[in-house]
Amino acid sequence: MDLRTRYLGLELANPLVPSASPLSRDLDMARRLEDAGAAALVMYSLFEEELHPTLLPPHEFGHVEAQSYLPLPAHPAAALDSYLEQIAALKRRLQIPVIASLNGSSRNGWVECGRELVEAGADALELNLYTIAAEVETDSQQQEQHYLALLAQLRGVVTVPITVKLSPYFTALANMVASLEAAGANGVALFNRFYQPDIDTGTLRLTPRLQLSHPGDTLLAMRWLGILHGKVGLSLAATGGIHSAEDAIKMLLAGADVTHLCSALLRHGPRHLSEILRGMEQWLAESPYESLEMLKGSLAHRHAGTDSAYERASYVRMLGSYALNPTQWE
Amino acid sequence: MSRRTITVDGNEAAARIAHLCNEVIAIYPITPASPMGEHADAWSAQGKENLWGSVPQIIELQSEGGAAGAIHGALQSGALATTFTASQGLLLMLPNMYKIAGELSPTVFHIACRSLAAQALSIFGDHSDIMAARGTGFAMLGANSVQQVMDMALIAQAATLQGRVPILHFFDGFRTSHEVARIEEVAEETVRAMLDDAQITAHRERALNPEHPVVRGTSQNPDVYFQARESVNRYYLAMPQVVQACMERFAELTGRRYQLFEYHGAADAERVIILMGSGVETAIETVEELNLAGERLGVVAVRLYRPFDAAACIAALPATTRAIAVLDRCKEPGADGEPLYKDVATALMQQFAAGQSAFGQMPRLIGGRYGLSSKEFTPGMVKGVFDELAKEQPKSGFTIGIDDDVTHTSLDWDERFRTGATTETVNALFYGLGSDGTVSANKNSIKIIGECTALQAQGYFVYDSKKSGAVTVSHLRFGPQPIRSSYLIGDGDAQFIACHQELFLERYPILDKAAAGGTFLLNSSSAPEAVWATLPRTLQQQIIDKRLRFFVIDAYRIAAENELGQRINTIMQCAFFALVELLPMAQAIDAIKQAVEESYGKRGREIIERNFAAIDASSAGLQQVTVPATAQSQLERAPTVAAQAPEFIRQVTAEIIAGRGDRLPVSLLPADGTWPNGSSAWEKRNLAQEIPVWDEVLCIHCGKCPFVCPHGVIRSKVFDPALTGDAPPSFKHVPVRGKEFPEGWHISYQVAPEDCTGCALCVDICPVKDKEVAGRRALNMAPQPPLRAQERDNWAFFLTLPEYDRTALTLSKMKEAMITQPLFEFSGACSGCGETPYLKLASQLFGDRMVVANATGCSSIYGGNLPTTPWAKNNEGRGPAWNNSLFEDNAEFGLGMRVAIDQQRDYAFALLERLHDEIGEERVTALRHADQGSEAGIRDQRERVAELRDKLKTCERPEARWLEAVAEQLIKRSVWIVGGDGWAYDIGFGGLDHVLAAGRDVNILVLDTEVYSNTGGQTSKATPRGAVAKFSAGGKPTAKKDLAMIAMSYENVYVAQVAYAAKDVQTLKAFQEAESYPGTSIIIAYAPCIAWGNDLADNHQMQDLAVRSGHWPLLRYDPRRLEQGLNPLQLDSKAPSIAYRDFVANEVRFNMLWRTHPAEAEQFLDASQHEAMARYHHYEQLAALAPGVGQSAAEEKEKE
Repeated sequence: MDLRTRYLGLELANPLVPSASPLSRDLDMARRLEDAGAAALVMYSLFEEELHPTLLPPHEFGHVEAQSYLPLPAHPAAALDSYLEQIAALKRRLQIPVIASLNGSSRNGWVECGRELVEAGADALELNLYTIAAEVETDSQQQEQHYLALLAQLRGVVTVPITVKLSPYFTALANMVASLEAAGANGVALFNRFYQPDIDTGTLRLTPRLQLSHPGDTLLAMRWLGILHGKVGLSLAATGGIHSAEDAIKMLLAGADVTHLCSALLRHGPRHLSEILRGMEQWLAESPYESLEMLKGSLAHRHAGTDSAYERASYVRMLGSYALNPTQWE
Repeated sequence: MSRRTITVDGNEAAARIAHLCNEVIAIYPITPASPMGEHADAWSAQGKENLWGSVPQIIELQSEGGAAGAIHGALQSGALATTFTASQGLLLMLPNMYKIAGELSPTVFHIACRSLAAQALSIFGDHSDIMAARGTGFAMLGANSVQQVMDMALIAQAATLQGRVPILHFFDGFRTSHEVARIEEVAEETVRAMLDDAQITAHRERALNPEHPVVRGTSQNPDVYFQARESVNRYYLAMPQVVQACMERFAELTGRRYQLFEYHGAADAERVIILMGSGVETAIETVEELNLAGERLGVVAVRLYRPFDAAACIAALPATTRAIAVLDRCKEPGADGEPLYKDVATALMQQFAAGQSAFGQMPRLIGGRYGLSSKEFTPGMVKGVFDELAKEQPKSGFTIGIDDDVTHTSLDWDERFRTGATTETVNALFYGLGSDGTVSANKNSIKIIGECTALQAQGYFVYDSKKSGAVTVSHLRFGPQPIRSSYLIGDGDAQFIACHQELFLERYPILDKAAAGGTFLLNSSSAPEAVWATLPRTLQQQIIDKRLRFFVIDAYRIAAENELGQRINTIMQCAFFALVELLPMAQAIDAIKQAVEESYGKRGREIIERNFAAIDASSAGLQQVTVPATAQSQLERAPTVAAQAPEFIRQVTAEIIAGRGDRLPVSLLPADGTWPNGSSAWEKRNLAQEIPVWDEVLCIHCGKCPFVCPHGVIRSKVFDPALTGDAPPSFKHVPVRGKEFPEGWHISYQVAPEDCTGCALCVDICPVKDKEVAGRRALNMAPQPPLRAQERDNWAFFLTLPEYDRTALTLSKMKEAMITQPLFEFSGACSGCGETPYLKLASQLFGDRMVVANATGCSSIYGGNLPTTPWAKNNEGRGPAWNNSLFEDNAEFGLGMRVAIDQQRDYAFALLERLHDEIGEERVTALRHADQGSEAGIRDQRERVAELRDKLKTCERPEARWLEAVAEQLIKRSVWIVGGDGWAYDIGFGGLDHVLAAGRDVNILVLDTEVYSNTGGQTSKATPRGAVAKFSAGGKPTAKKDLAMIAMSYENVYVAQVAYAAKDVQTLKAFQEAESYPGTSIIIAYAPCIAWGNDLADNHQMQDLAVRSGHWPLLRYDPRRLEQGLNPLQLDSKAPSIAYRDFVANEVRFNMLWRTHPAEAEQFLDASQHEAMARYHHYEQLAALAPGVGQSAAEEKEKE
């Protein structure tokens, strides 16, 4: 079956692209992903914070018996340099495109290291804009302008395709995506998952929580892919909660060009990717579509009309139709 | 052959040869030899190969005894094997050394010589350890300088292979092991040329081999043992020539010529000193100086001490010799002379007796001691010995370097005597903090000068005895000639002095060592025109009198501007180069920049650039201060201790604090190592930049802050407010919450402002949050200087308030337990130490009846290192009585205490019966059957004992005198056996296990930092899998030992595993249960340590994550519960609720492995996660079992 797709101007053999995760830290694992059928690989993120390393803790102590602690490596690798080495190593080992991922939020010029990522061999860049708009003084427009400025800065130093990974927290997401396209983005990935803090009632401390996604987490992204497909020119990637062939196909039907995989691979290993791929091939073979290109976006908003499930009307119907069943309550 | 120079210290010089020439290296940490093992481990971890292309196997053992055993096995199996040690470590190796030598196995042990623990432990250098090894049959070859260490290490290796006699290669601990010097590297081709493959093959052929087996290690009987023992003689007779031949071959290869006994001095010398070790260099320097002035003096340096070639020794002396002084760097109490002296005496006498003497008449011979525990040995002292030799009746058995005003052994010497070397070298002195990078910058400066100039360079680094806020003094010498001065820079000799911390100005006589016309560099936040006024008057006067050039630089500002945090080292280094002009400034700056690049790697570009900017800014920031003609400062250096301190503290302790301990005469020092308790309260260190301030309005009086304070500086007292009439106006106190206290009474939380180290853990633990002001709690940090005077007065007043009646407190409640007085206070432990809160807690609960056996380690250092010690007394004069025996024997040491106490108590019982009529039935019964299970019970017994003693005074029977001597044993004694994981899991485990099995009433407290903390962070069996520590640079591959499970296997042992910041009440409960249990108890206490790489501000969080991840389950196993039909095991922590990954990600010791060995890090993490779950599950199942039957409690319940 023809599962080929075009994403960020890159010709990919299929739409399955592992997203930023620790899996790409390990060359053998990356190779196993490729063997399992991954069409491209998004690397683990290089964080802005890692580019401004805190100084090593003083390695010297005052007591004569302990003049130093911990055998600190003689040459602690700076994050950027290790990252550049990893890009080069992945490029040597893999045939598929490698997309480097930059994650940050400040205006400190960190995006400029994008040039070095490209020089090291990255085929495209993912810009992961992770900000919590916690300042009451900052309005939504300022926040959006800030994102656009960061993108423009990166566009100023590289010519390779750039995709922006976004959170769903925009008042006017469609407009924001269009603005990103105008500022030079070649794609968007929907949506970023935030790490949510939790409260431990035993210790009365805040604790960070990282929870892997679950099937069903896809619906928010699916709506927006469906809305954006055909209305903007850039590539669309679906990310978050894609655990099965069915999950992936739904996203493609909504309008995604590629589907990112992360939690499912972390849970089940690289082989899971080939299972999804097989499932997709099987589905496509039994479907009315001859190729992936044909099915992409076929259930998008523009084909579904304003009265579709994508918009408010559906919401009104849905709520009205929910049947209460008090006998189930305890 | 290449003539490459390198800048290394003695340990590295030895380790380089050892790593190159061996296949198996068995190691165990001990100061000052540990760096040799650390280097070897790091090199092997990097895959560095030995001479034959294989990477040496490094194996850490559980003790030095174990290391020696492993070496014995490796040698018997045909490998080239070595080890490194010192002091007590060498003593533990002795039994094996007899075996190794008895079997003529070639090996070299490298020894950084160190004092032995006698009246006190000392980590510093002398020859007591190697002298204790004289009988083993090892040859002994000494090196006197860093260059010689590298040379002798190789000569020893070659000689042992040829002669088959194993060799102790020794050099002076710290003086040589830690001296950084520029030396000529012994090239690999030299090593290859020195070692004979045929001899290595011969060694392998002698190995145990089932292909052609032999038996070694037989048991011999009276018929043959003696003869067999004599069978080795020919090897020992040949050995001196073997060593000399190796020296000759080495000289051909390198040009450096050595002899078994080397003579330096006048060919017609009349007076000669014989000695060995680093002191030789000072003696040579002095002799050369004095001979230039017309004296006829000489020095014989002993290089091969065993086998002692008497003829070669005597032959080294000029025939003109008329008087000889033999100097020993050790003491053999009770002997009529120390070992080297007696060897020389015997050699001389034997030669005379044989009629072969080269001397006209028997030279006068005296012997004496010098330099014990790295005591300074200066040219003035050498001259003092020569002066003594010139006397008609010189003193033998003398000491030099101290004032012995008791037995008058000491010789006088002229402290002002200097050799020309003092002015031929540039002498520079740097005062820094342990943590500010001064020492590493200075080591780097030596390297730069060594590499960029033709100058010779030397560096000695002196550290003080505290772990927190420790001061380092770097002594650097640079000069055109080889530097022989193996002593520190003296008063008036430093042409350059840098003070890297302003606070030292009021604490130390910084400029005593400044030479006239020298340069003084101060890191100060004051501008050049304002800085003068900040100096104490004495310092101003010294600057004026000595006509010093005075420069100031604001290094902290420059560091901050360049985002370098507190790291001022390169900035101060630039200022040094700018001022001493040893090489062109541009070249110096290039070299410093190159060093920065090397230390951060070419990868840490951002840090490198920040450093470069700081370096460039430092020259501009350096400004000369115009020195006024007179000293007008009102500032005087504060007295070392308060005027009201006890006499001993003022006479002795204060002198040691002030750095004048060298001048204390013998008469002022206790003869048996006994010192007064509680001296730390007199040493006000003012370390904290910020101290906690109590918000009495917000506070809920929970007691958590005094509970976690590692230094015992935050206290609470409950008292009648009527007592506060004379309180300073700023003294805070409020009505105490809770009905358990008398109505209307007040509580105060007070901080000792000058003792606080500013760790802020009290603020971290405070559960109260101000609803009005975000981030504000009931304790808040505030700058110390403006609060110092006020809070000092408040603290003084607080101390005058009476302690609350202990018998009225419920000590199982945190709030009430924390009203009690800590009898462990103001220790020198690291700021935020994870160990000390446990000791403080024990001292609060049981301090007035505690006897402590403390294993060597951090707790014995902050617990017992002079000048001041933290174990204190209460107002009644009672408190913990403390002693440190050794590292390896602590459990047995404590057991011995218990047995002795019980024995004397039983004896007292027997005497009570024998004096029954005199004492009276009622009293005897009360004393014998006293219930001492409560504070009130103990108080009552104390009163009974006091009455008894009164009563006994009127009784004439001898039994009354005997009973007086043991009557106090009738009062409950709480024996505590305290130590770290290195002791409990490794070196002392055999003894610990025995004590666990013995069932006696002792309380064992294991302060588990999961690493050898005191020696600098080496792996122990408590180290968790995947943690990076020294000796496991690639992450520890094996799991942590489960000591609690082992202890529980005895079933009659009370076991608790605690982490005080994870569940404080469980800790409190465990201590009380352990102490009340009338058998053996062990508490394994989780103690975060700076060796983990995290700031100890994370202390509480690290404990919390350890518990929640299942790394450290909290449990109590109380055998008493069995009697109540209950399961003895209670699991006090919940099932792991966070991923093990979240625990390790938070700690540098684990997460640095992700940077260096990512794949292994993930593997270890997987295994640890699995183990944490499995271990918890296992404990859970055990805790669920119904006692006595094979069914779980749950099943039992079901049946019901």
